[in-house]
Amino acid sequence: MPEDSQRPSRHRDEVVVPLRKSGPGDEALDAIVVGGGAIGLACAWRAARRGLRVRVLERDRPGAGASGVAAGMLAPVGEANWGESGLMRMAIASARAWPAFASELAADSRLEVGYEACGALHVALDRDEADELRRRFELMASMELGVEWLRPRGCRDLEPGLAPTCAGGVHAPGEAAIDPRLLVAALAAAVEHGGGEVIVDADVTGGLIEGGRLVGVATADGREHRAGRVVLATGAWSGTTPWLPPEARLPVRPVKGQMLVLRGSPELRPCERIVATERVYVVPRPDGRLVVGATVEERGFDVQVTAGGVHELLREAYRALPEVAELELVETLAGLRPGTPDNAPLIGPWGPEGLLVATGHYRNGILMAPLTSEAIAALLASEPPPGSAQQAHPGRFAGESEPRLAAAPALEETPR
Amino acid sequence: MRSRVDSGSRTPVSVPGDGPADGGAARAGDQPDSGFDLGDRSWGSRLIVGSGGFPSLEAMERALTASGAEIVTVALRRVDPGARGSALEVIDRLGLFALPNTAGCYTARDAVRTAHLAREVFETDWIKLEVIGDDRTLFPDAVELVGAAEILVDEGFTVLPYTNDDPILARRLEDVGCSAVMPLGSPIGSGMGIRNPYNVQIIVERATVPVILDAGIGTASDAALAMELGCDGVLLSSSVARAKDPERMALAMRRAVEAGYGARRAGRIPRKLHAEASTPGEGIPELG
Repeated sequence: MPEDSQRPSRHRDEVVVPLRKSGPGDEALDAIVVGGGAIGLACAWRAARRGLRVRVLERDRPGAGASGVAAGMLAPVGEANWGESGLMRMAIASARAWPAFASELAADSRLEVGYEACGALHVALDRDEADELRRRFELMASMELGVEWLRPRGCRDLEPGLAPTCAGGVHAPGEAAIDPRLLVAALAAAVEHGGGEVIVDADVTGGLIEGGRLVGVATADGREHRAGRVVLATGAWSGTTPWLPPEARLPVRPVKGQMLVLRGSPELRPCERIVATERVYVVPRPDGRLVVGATVEERGFDVQVTAGGVHELLREAYRALPEVAELELVETLAGLRPGTPDNAPLIGPWGPEGLLVATGHYRNGILMAPLTSEAIAALLASEPPPGSAQQAHPGRFAGESEPRLAAAPALEETPR
Repeated sequence: MRSRVDSGSRTPVSVPGDGPADGGAARAGDQPDSGFDLGDRSWGSRLIVGSGGFPSLEAMERALTASGAEIVTVALRRVDPGARGSALEVIDRLGLFALPNTAGCYTARDAVRTAHLAREVFETDWIKLEVIGDDRTLFPDAVELVGAAEILVDEGFTVLPYTNDDPILARRLEDVGCSAVMPLGSPIGSGMGIRNPYNVQIIVERATVPVILDAGIGTASDAALAMELGCDGVLLSSSVARAKDPERMALAMRRAVEAGYGARRAGRIPRKLHAEASTPGEGIPELG
């Protein structure tokens, strides 16, 4: 399969950022970040803020992978699941960090980042779904997520566009959303303004290993990029990194998601907040667009948009919010989430000395960007990462029970 | 698409048999299960688990291990057999048999085509045949089902059809050459248990191929009941995958299937209206 066909390739607004085709000379860099999605860029930005010299190598354009297809829900409530309490703790910690992250990013980038504290309403559309949602609500409530059970009338008072079949719901007023495309553009700009570089069309083809330590990478154009550390943030492709030794292969697989973008008008806004059922979510954007997502498909690197996928998303969105039928269908997209065996990300040292990974965020990359980037920036600065990020240590699938924190010489549990 | 190397050629665990259920009840304590024949193979576990709906691959792996299942169904429509790190890799690593199914097919033609694709990529001619009638109930479409079964049997497939709890339909499927019949207990994913145990019992009495209860199991007692009714096995998915603790539920299901099978073989006492004292009356000598 040609490389390009593996990437989300639908027509869409181009991200406009000051992009470089090549960087300045190879003076001492503190970190190379491989992958210019939301995670890679956020790591670079937070590192630059700490005064580190960073360079991001993106083989396509910033946000060309999953970031450009993400809905941008900052909604840990919807991810609540039994047996995943560690993941939930990370999601909640990161969601709490989002408001400050967004305002700092707006200041550093001088761009709009599109953070909307819109809240979310998880609804059931029949009795069966209501029973299932109530079961989930009890879990949410036990995690003190600030949720409230609403009877059908309460749901429709909040969202009059909801189908009258609504059988109850969970209101999560603390949830928020961000437009990931604005986010990516702002992050890229913030990296540049902070003294870092974002280099596009830079396909990393080799790792520079000296004395067992990864000291940099080589790109397809023959250039070498040397740095104190290399951060791998290549999303769904991190499990297939050919320039890493085979034993350092990461347990990351692509999980396909299809989504749609609809466009309404100021008079036609089917909902004011995130509306989610057990099968679909609808995220309103301030400009009147509506994002509908997402399928979850184990299809390898396939990013075909299928009739069945679009049908399912539209049918389920229509079932919840009948007014969506009136909207213009402006985009159909498919992207690849980086999935791990336990759905939790991989953040920290891994494989050869000098390598840090920040990947495997599955459905939660945008949500987890603040926590991940803070952890990576701390490790790059030889400081202990936030305690909640330590549950994402990459060695957990290789039989390492404790995080390997090579970056920090004197390490203790961070006081929370 | 890369095809998998060894999915079809694996020899499942074979447990030495001690005859059919009715014959060997006396030594049941020594050998809790004799294993059962399905297709041209003998299987040690009577529990078949679906691979869909688990919260994570790790949760699936733990549950499959706890279940003791040897056969795991996989929806061809929902996985790419060539993809690395997917459910199939887990099933392979655990040494289980991945049984492809035709979930999501609504016509005989679609099901037959999907079975062909499955044979190619899974390198097995076993197929769990599902032809769905509507997406609200997910009930089988009987007419399409028999049509697809005829074609696939004729083409040499080992056909395991998901069917209604209709004894006549079950017999028709057997007559066209299916290797088992797999009646539902209640709608897929409903967890409503076995709504018509009489029909299941009639199917069991008349069948000469294995009967596997497929769909509707909600909790362990449902699985035990299926076995007590005389089913040869149970196929379940949602009840484990969507349990709060899938691993624990998988273990419970494994034990329930064993318990129900054991109770069936042990021969239950008849139901009576009045009490019958378990201690013998005065003056009657205890024997043995």
